[in-house]
Amino acid sequence: MVLPGELFYHSYQNSFKNGGCASVTADLSAEDMQQQIIRETFHLVSKRDDNVCNFLEGGSLIGGSDYKLIYRHYATLYFVFCVDSSESELGILDLIQVFVETLDKCFENVCELDLIFHMDKVHYILQEVVMGGMVLETNMNEIVAQVEVQNRMEKSEGGLSAAPARAVSAVKNMNLPEIPRNINIGDINIKVPSLSPF
Amino acid sequence: MPAVSKGDGMRGLAVFISDIRNCKSKEAEIKRINKELANIRSKFKGDKALDGYSKKKYVCKLLFIFLLGHDIDFGHMEAVNLLSSNKYTEKQIGYLFISVLVNSNSDLIRLINNGIKNDLASRNPTFMNLALHCIANVGSREMAEAFASEIPRVLVARDTMDSVKQSAALCLLRLNRTSPDLVPMGEWTARVVHLLNDQHLGVVTAATSLITTLAQKNPDDFKTSVSLAVARLSRIVTSASIDLQDYTYYFVAAPWLSVKLLRLLQCYPPPEDAALRSRLTECLETILNKAQEPPKSKKVQHSNAKNAVLFEAIALIIHHDSEPTLLVRACNQLGQFLQHRETNLRYLALESMCTLASSEFSHEAVKTHMETVINALKTERDVSVRQRAVDLLYAMCDRSNAKQIVAEMLSYLETADYSIREEIVLKVAILAEKYAVDYTWYVDTILNLIRIAGDYVSEEVWYRVIQIVINRDDVQGYAAKTVFEALQAPACHENLVKVGGYILGEFGNLIAGDSRSSPLVQFNLLHSKFHLCSVPTRALLLSAYIKFINLFPEVKATIQDVLRSDSQLRNADVELQQRAVEYLRLSCIASTDILATVLEEMPPFPERESSILAKLKKKKGPGKLPDMDDSRRSVNGSTDSTHSFTDVLNLNSAPSSGANLLIDVFSESSAPPAATDVSEENFPRFVCKNNGVIYENQLLQIGLKSEYRQNLGRMYVFYGNKTSTQFLSFSSSVSSSDLNVHSKAVDPVIEGGAQMQQILNIECVSDFSDAPVLNIQFRYGGALQNIAVKLPVMLNKFFQPTEMMSQDFFQRWKQLGAPQQEVQKIFKAKHPMDTEVAKAKVKRHKSLCRDSVSQRLCELLSEQF
Repeated sequence: MVLPGELFYHSYQNSFKNGGCASVTADLSAEDMQQQIIRETFHLVSKRDDNVCNFLEGGSLIGGSDYKLIYRHYATLYFVFCVDSSESELGILDLIQVFVETLDKCFENVCELDLIFHMDKVHYILQEVVMGGMVLETNMNEIVAQVEVQNRMEKSEGGLSAAPARAVSAVKNMNLPEIPRNINIGDINIKVPSLSPF
Repeated sequence: MPAVSKGDGMRGLAVFISDIRNCKSKEAEIKRINKELANIRSKFKGDKALDGYSKKKYVCKLLFIFLLGHDIDFGHMEAVNLLSSNKYTEKQIGYLFISVLVNSNSDLIRLINNGIKNDLASRNPTFMNLALHCIANVGSREMAEAFASEIPRVLVARDTMDSVKQSAALCLLRLNRTSPDLVPMGEWTARVVHLLNDQHLGVVTAATSLITTLAQKNPDDFKTSVSLAVARLSRIVTSASIDLQDYTYYFVAAPWLSVKLLRLLQCYPPPEDAALRSRLTECLETILNKAQEPPKSKKVQHSNAKNAVLFEAIALIIHHDSEPTLLVRACNQLGQFLQHRETNLRYLALESMCTLASSEFSHEAVKTHMETVINALKTERDVSVRQRAVDLLYAMCDRSNAKQIVAEMLSYLETADYSIREEIVLKVAILAEKYAVDYTWYVDTILNLIRIAGDYVSEEVWYRVIQIVINRDDVQGYAAKTVFEALQAPACHENLVKVGGYILGEFGNLIAGDSRSSPLVQFNLLHSKFHLCSVPTRALLLSAYIKFINLFPEVKATIQDVLRSDSQLRNADVELQQRAVEYLRLSCIASTDILATVLEEMPPFPERESSILAKLKKKKGPGKLPDMDDSRRSVNGSTDSTHSFTDVLNLNSAPSSGANLLIDVFSESSAPPAATDVSEENFPRFVCKNNGVIYENQLLQIGLKSEYRQNLGRMYVFYGNKTSTQFLSFSSSVSSSDLNVHSKAVDPVIEGGAQMQQILNIECVSDFSDAPVLNIQFRYGGALQNIAVKLPVMLNKFFQPTEMMSQDFFQRWKQLGAPQQEVQKIFKAKHPMDTEVAKAKVKRHKSLCRDSVSQRLCELLSEQF
């Protein structure tokens, strides 16, 4: 089982001034606890070298020794799953890859900004992969197909962001000069296809 | 132009996010957020009804604020409104908000459940999925109550879409985890098993997850899933990537499903059906073979997926623990990974090998990788991996390699990360005790441990070394000498002072003969550390001093002076003061005899589970370590001295003699089978008796009933399982060099709390001196237990009385005159002699004959005693 409130991704380049993070969490009733877990996890994960292993033994904070943190590091982002012993470690590692590749397909060259400005979309995609803490679908084409069905329904309703790509361009064309000033989108592109082996 | 105006609305959210990102300080950000919250609140409270789109926008903003780490305490009602809308986009955001911000308000729950119910009944697969996701994400009891009976129907309904089936299976799984009592088992369970045959691999994957969890609880109900799972697995593993739709991931056929199927099979023992079994073995072999093939892609994803399946297959092989060839192959494969350049693989290989080490088939194979593992301990850069290496060394340790492994762990300890030191200390202490052949090595190891990592040596560890020294008199002199030498170091750890104080207090006399360690030198050495120590250690040292007064009358005056000094008698600490006062009084008024009685050497400790092991188990288990029991005090004194010694060894149970220290080897569940000592503790009791208990430990009790006639004997052996768990693969054999022993086969399973009987027929064919040994093997909780017991079959059991006149007897007696025919042994009686008792014993010993003669013989015997 992937822990409910299992997934958070991090930006350590301070896209938020508080040194913080955007987080995608399914649920956790105690919000302070949730923030604490995210901070702690970020702290643990971010100081690890790239050539160490991608598994971290569970601390007391995440539910004890049955739980492991499994993470992958893409450019400026960390994708962290917290899983119990009922999941295969390498399987989860691949699942993160599937999730990221799916994001990349859905957003067309996904970048950090996409994740921040479309956290709702990211949630919807995540829900197609992991549901209630359990691995729902692992086939990327299937996931993308589901997302496309959603997009079509949105379009038919004249939805606000008919397609993610359109939304991104809308943001980019908003004449909000501060965005490019702060963040060089070119730099932080996740560039999924050319992942360096971790 | 509605599309444009809505685009502007979206822009509202984007502007808000940009604003937040541009805040220069935390304060500015909070100010901006509070402004936004006030705005949204007023909009929600305003008279004008908001249209669905605005609601959506504001709810989305609230969600964003929440994800930034701020509390959100309103907006739920608007979200529920959205969730009940007919528009997909509104519904979606409503569900998202509810899933992320659960609220236990009961009115709200009723409304949410109502919305979910409508969507489940809608027959629109997208809506149904949204509803199922929400139930799974929230997973609350209320939701389980409302939907637990509805979801199975959705799952097995003929016309349900694949994607909905998938969601329904996982939703059910989630509810089964959170509120298992509410999920009804019924006819749907049988139909769920058949989902393993579904066309859609996504459905199969989800169903396998569900069945695995259900099968763990009710294995019998899902037994049929084994054959289906094997068939499915075999099709995936051996197929050339056909019929797998898009589930081939980087050239690996359906890796997630394979992993799930292998997990499911780990809920069951190896299939009994031969065909099925060979099919499964074939699958596992194919997976192992594929690992040897050159990779089809250089991408790390390819090797990850392939190895995920491989590791799961190895886990299944270890779980079955029945195919020696597969086990050894698995071990070799893992051995290759131990040197792989990928850290992840090294980590997982070490982890899997730990479990492999406990299998009797592969224990030896695992041992061949010892050098590599030791090397990993020294060179690995990742602490997680080093930790696994320590675990593996611990698991592969046995009598043959204990010295090397312990030495390596000790040298690693000097540089080990602080976070894992305590665990290593515990492990070294356990291994040193478990595999100690000579106890001087054990003492050396523990003292080294204290020297290297004194701060991490918990109380249990040094308690244990003292228990062992006290119980084994062959090591006491050595221990006294070694601690004395260790204490010479200018700076030594407080734990060493504790051990030193205790051991010298008990056994200092054993080294006092040497002028370099004369009583006064010993005392001065200990006292030189006194002022640097904490209160509990000082209290222990005071006890050591009073013991010195008993051991060495010549230092009495010196010690009394110390006790009399103001720093002791008026110490601010009440415990120290009390000890000083009482010990001083005791030394002044008590006679030597009383002193000797009160301060007698500690009696041996009763056998019990090593407290270190208990601690390690606790450490490994969930939860934190409980606080150490600080109230370890018991009154240990006679009438004239009511001292409260701190009972440093937690000695609350009565002492007993002849403790077998190795006994707790058998309680270590993950331990590899250890070479066992032959137990002959109770053997002497059977010299004159035929019935009784010959062996007992925490798990097993062995009773005997035997009868002898002429050269034949029959022995009934009763094995009593003292635990509540089954003993599996129970087997026993008798090894004897001189006797013909025929044992009846026994049932391989002994139920918890049950007793089993075995009959041994014994024939004495010649004279013999060595008693036969009963070897017992069984599995308890996965760990192999070996017990060897010396059976009380002695030559005297086959003696025959014969009638003879006393003249004849003495005539014969006198013929035995040759020197080699005479044996005489004079020994001191342990107990006062009573002629009648002696007679009875001699008679039961069967060696002798008629009354008149035996009378005289007894007299003769008594004279000798």
